[in-house]
Amino acid sequence: MFAYAVRRLGLGLLVVLAVTIVLFGVMQLMPGDPIRLIADPSRIPAHKIEQLREQWGLNRPPHVQYLYWLGNLLRGDFGHSIVSGQRVSVLIMARLPYTLMLALTSLFLHYLIAVPLGLLAAVRANSRLDRCIVLVTTALRTVPAFWLGIILMMTFGVRLGWLPISGFFGLSSIVLPVATLTLPSLGGTVRLTRSEVLETIREPYVLTAYAKGLRERAVTLRHVLRNALIPVTVMFFLSLPWVVGGSVIIENVFAWPGMGRLLWNSITNQDLPVVQGIIVIIAVLTVISNTLGDILSGLLDPRIRIELEEVRA
Amino acid sequence: MSGGQPATTTTAPRVAAKPRSVMRLVLRHGQLIAGLLMFLVVLGVAATVDSLAPRPFDEMDIPNRLMEPGPGRLLGTDHYGRDVLSRVLYGSRIALRVGLIVVTIETLLGVTLGLLAGYYGGWVDKVISFVTDMTWALPPIVLALAIVTALGPSLDNVIIAIALVSWAGYARLIRSKTQSLKNVPFVEAARALGESDLSIMFRYILPNTFSLIIVLATLSLPAAILSTTALSFLGLGSQPPAPDWGVILSEGLTFVGSAPWISVFPGLAIVWTALGFNLMGEGLRDILDPRMKA
Amino acid sequence: MRLSPSDSRAASAAVETDAGLLTVEGLSVSFITGRGRVHAVRDVSFEVREGEVFALVGESGCGKSTTALAIMRLVPPPGAIEQGQVLLGDRDLLTLTNDEMAAVRGRDVAMIFQNPLVALNPVYRAGVQIQEAVLQDNVPRHEAWRRAVEVMGQVRISDAALRADSYPHELSGGMRQRVMTGMMISRSPRLLIADEPTTALDVTIQAQILDLLMDLRRRTGMGILIITHDLGVVAEIADRVAVMYAGRIVEQAGVTELYDAPLHPYTQLLMRALPRMGKGEGRLETISGSVPSLMAEPLGCAFAPRCPLRQDRCEQGEPEYTRLGGGRLVACHLAGRAGE
Repeated sequence: MFAYAVRRLGLGLLVVLAVTIVLFGVMQLMPGDPIRLIADPSRIPAHKIEQLREQWGLNRPPHVQYLYWLGNLLRGDFGHSIVSGQRVSVLIMARLPYTLMLALTSLFLHYLIAVPLGLLAAVRANSRLDRCIVLVTTALRTVPAFWLGIILMMTFGVRLGWLPISGFFGLSSIVLPVATLTLPSLGGTVRLTRSEVLETIREPYVLTAYAKGLRERAVTLRHVLRNALIPVTVMFFLSLPWVVGGSVIIENVFAWPGMGRLLWNSITNQDLPVVQGIIVIIAVLTVISNTLGDILSGLLDPRIRIELEEVRA
Repeated sequence: MSGGQPATTTTAPRVAAKPRSVMRLVLRHGQLIAGLLMFLVVLGVAATVDSLAPRPFDEMDIPNRLMEPGPGRLLGTDHYGRDVLSRVLYGSRIALRVGLIVVTIETLLGVTLGLLAGYYGGWVDKVISFVTDMTWALPPIVLALAIVTALGPSLDNVIIAIALVSWAGYARLIRSKTQSLKNVPFVEAARALGESDLSIMFRYILPNTFSLIIVLATLSLPAAILSTTALSFLGLGSQPPAPDWGVILSEGLTFVGSAPWISVFPGLAIVWTALGFNLMGEGLRDILDPRMKA
Repeated sequence: MRLSPSDSRAASAAVETDAGLLTVEGLSVSFITGRGRVHAVRDVSFEVREGEVFALVGESGCGKSTTALAIMRLVPPPGAIEQGQVLLGDRDLLTLTNDEMAAVRGRDVAMIFQNPLVALNPVYRAGVQIQEAVLQDNVPRHEAWRRAVEVMGQVRISDAALRADSYPHELSGGMRQRVMTGMMISRSPRLLIADEPTTALDVTIQAQILDLLMDLRRRTGMGILIITHDLGVVAEIADRVAVMYAGRIVEQAGVTELYDAPLHPYTQLLMRALPRMGKGEGRLETISGSVPSLMAEPLGCAFAPRCPLRQDRCEQGEPEYTRLGGGRLVACHLAGRAGE
């Protein structure tokens, strides 16, 4: 198990590295003075510019530049914003907590709602309730999140005046953004839970469990759910990047002071150091989530561990 | 059935008869038909919009700006006095066009690479799989944003970005389908007879992936439309005054309190279109390959 | 002496002199599907005595597995037990509440299944799964684990302590079947139902498993109800046999009698379909036609359409049970005439 985890981590690191290489490569291909990727030359005194060129290896050949760049990244130096002159790392760190707040709250809420609904649908399979649940959650998937946000804003913010519609003014301001992030995506998890449970119930080992003399509750908990919820649990980790991605848009609808809003502002203003920095952070976050998901699935389902070992051998 | 039926039957319960009427056919394929109708509406609008729309989508009428829906302006006017109904109707053209192009690129890329990876295996597979995995190193929206940043904001770039981000999903599915198909006896026989790889792929494997492709394509359209309108909403796709539904929505954001109709209706149009394709895709899946059900 | 089918229960009960371990009387099970009602098991009666090996034989779909599941009250929906009695000792299992039945399973009567790979939960280790059974007796955990390892030894799993920590997919087919067997006998049930225990295994492993079952019977005196389509298996371990066709028992006899002189035409054909050594070449005989649909209650004998000895009266009425000495039963209009 330990070997498996280490292997997945190693693979994850490789992917992060590959992403940085691609990112660097793309940035290099963009026209103009590479100093723009690090700071605004018009704001910086001339001697400082030379210093920066040295520090980032801008006078060196590309592959060496990459190493300088990577080194600086690892030290937490992402350069300076073109718009504000601030250090990019400071800017991002100020925003990251807000995005995480939104993303994690949404993620937890999503699973708290979707999994029980999926279970309910499975237990009452093919009943009216089941069809209703699946229909509603599937229809929600066709609703664009940003539009849903606006509608919610209109209804609860403007018309009813219950909730703040933009910015961060205390806990109540998180309600609408979280609702917008959570609702449209429920369908996928509901269906996954439902189908996994329905499939697991038919498995022969469930019959074996009953034949052993186990009561219904024990069979349901230890055999049905234990197996059926594996993919769902793994999806929890794998969804984090998606939720972060979704929040990029939602933050702009609600003027939520997170990374997503910063990203959009920076893209609009061509503030490349900031864009670069945010993308790296998100990539790292994504790879960490995927790796955690992989490790978790190996932990929960021993067959997966073995499968991968065989593939290696 | 079997030839062992007893000579005389008794009072066995009646077996369900095959669909006796159109009614039954409709009920069984309700999803597909509903989706198809919805799609046809959008198609119809897009085709006839020039005569259907009361006004050109960019005709400004400042004295009548931000007017509520009423007679003569069924969906109200926006901040430039433009007729919202006309703009939404014209938006259908953009949506369909964009959706079609994105899905076409996705399909071509995904199917080709998936086919190659699944059929050849080995290092071809490893390379393609690595690239596919890399696409998932970033959440799709973020990756699309990065691509658009590099290329510059325009609808065409958004199309490219979304297609590049989404082909990986196709490729994975086609790859595993190809893997399961390539060891089927008639393929092995063809190989033994010396048929070229290309020929085998075209004549045997590809046709068996058609149903998968059709279903995937139909189901990818809603996602493509949602993603592209999202990017247009952020101002990175179509630029004003294009009647792109995402653009109209973002314009309406500023007037959420005073003129909500500007944002409400384009959103409904998006939902209608996406829902139509979704239902069609699900309906097709039920017919073509029920085992694919999630 | 001829008896009508409804007297078949009396026939089974009257014959034996030992205590009946399991007495099935008039069991009928149907599946209610969208297309109609499938009568999978029709008025089945038989008895398994203490310590004996009773085999229920027939082709796929004849209802033997469903009968076994019905005894355990594990028939999956849309199946339902419509009538009958299942007496374990003197308790009718069909009248128990769900909880009472759960208490009976594993402890008084247990069942092992075909294909142990899918019948064992892949996420739990072998020892844990056996332990789980033992824990039903409210035994402390460590004691249950010790017993689980002990049981693995009893079912002849080498390196039991090591294997107890293995996952099912890490074990061979034979070992998995032993684990399942161990799991089910760990609480020393009086009756073990084995549903096609060897079908999914290699021939050599089959022999080992059968041997194991016989050994367990010898040591613990437990009765075995074995469900199989393999007449070879029956010949090897069964004491008495019931042949099923289309949901009914068509013949019942001691194993030697059955093989020496099968009376029902279906049994005769089954025997002839067995490849036999030393009988010279010749094609394997097959039985033409296929099993009838179980949806309609046939008017005549269910086997009539495929029976080489068919006569007019066979299609007009269901054959009654002919009772011959020593618990022997045949359901055939032509019974009484020695196998032709």
